[in-house]
Amino acid sequence: MEHFISLFVRSIFVDNMIFAFFLGMCSYLAVSKTVKTSLGLGVAVTFVLLITVPVDYLLQVKVLQPGGLLGDVDLTFLSFILFIAVIAGIVQLVEMVVERFSPSLYAALGIFLPLIAVNCAIMGASLFMQQRIQMPAENTQAITGVWDCVAYALGSGIGWTLAIVCLAAIREKMAYSDVPKPLQGLGITFITVGLMAMAFMCFSGLKL
Amino acid sequence: MSKLFSKENGAVFTGPLNINNPIAVQVLGICSALAVTSQLKPAIVMGLSVTVITAFSNVIISLIRKTIPNRIRIIVQLVVVAALVTIVSNILKAYVYDVSVQLSVYVGLIITNCILMGRLEAFALQNGPWESFLDGIANGLGYAIILVIVGFVRELLGSGSLFGFQLIPSSALMENGGLYLHNGMMTMPAMALIILACVIWAHRSYNKEK
Repeated sequence: MEHFISLFVRSIFVDNMIFAFFLGMCSYLAVSKTVKTSLGLGVAVTFVLLITVPVDYLLQVKVLQPGGLLGDVDLTFLSFILFIAVIAGIVQLVEMVVERFSPSLYAALGIFLPLIAVNCAIMGASLFMQQRIQMPAENTQAITGVWDCVAYALGSGIGWTLAIVCLAAIREKMAYSDVPKPLQGLGITFITVGLMAMAFMCFSGLKL
Repeated sequence: MSKLFSKENGAVFTGPLNINNPIAVQVLGICSALAVTSQLKPAIVMGLSVTVITAFSNVIISLIRKTIPNRIRIIVQLVVVAALVTIVSNILKAYVYDVSVQLSVYVGLIITNCILMGRLEAFALQNGPWESFLDGIANGLGYAIILVIVGFVRELLGSGSLFGFQLIPSSALMENGGLYLHNGMMTMPAMALIILACVIWAHRSYNKEK
């Protein structure tokens, strides 16, 4: 139980997808103009993470690694292709399910849903999961089972949502401030994210 | 031959290096640009890998662009890119193992680098293989330039070295009785964002003057 809580909290604050690894930056910068849409995107990313990371974990352990279903064949070099196919497939599936059962949510997310397939945060979480399988079990970052994956994916998704909602709130306020012309838009957003990342660095010593 | 190096192709090539720079103007591929630039060597390796992958995926997609059904084109593009990334990742592991360890997951993340998808969607699907190749090389180099600038500043100020070669003599350091102290902040992720913001600031003010 302690391990779950540790994985969950650390992936929100210490190993934050945005502030520690810069994953999912493109949509993070493009969609963080208003709090409402950024919250919608954050929820969608969390949802896709929650499905893809455990599925990729099972594929990695049961199929690709030696000793899985295929005997002693080592297929880990195929992991990039397989992971991206799983992500693209699941995003497509999520899109169809949301369209069928909740047209209002589908209309609200609209263009962001298919874009999640190329969001680095999703692929990044799967690749970090792949690295963390190799870690010794007593390490606080190690992932040893499907439930660890769920805790990690949920934490990463919430961390990403937190980051994008915070930035959107700041940018809404910043619309009224007097920024030098060449720095407007992208430049000042980068500096804001840099300062937020510095603030998040104070969590780096956090141990659970 | 003259057709291959015509004026239009020249414009295709020089645009992404300055006016249409993928990072500074189009804001694509930021994730890896920030994460791998704490030292110069990984930054250059990353820039070259992205250049090669962008160029060849552009050529492949451009060759098969008329046979891809429109509805499944994203999946086709992702598979082509993923196959190329797998090859590059294994080459890096074989020849520059230490750099590939430093780059860790970011080599795999080239698959989701927005520059690739952006160029495939915006250019390779409408143009021939040679133009697409030039476009890919130019966009990759435009990306690499920014990586090298940020990597140069961060390594020089953060650890006083370039390519791992120490430029500041150790006797000048404060712990050895000197007056100089490394700016440890520069090796932190947060400063990458701020340096990139400065690069974009400079780029925009320069292009406005012209």
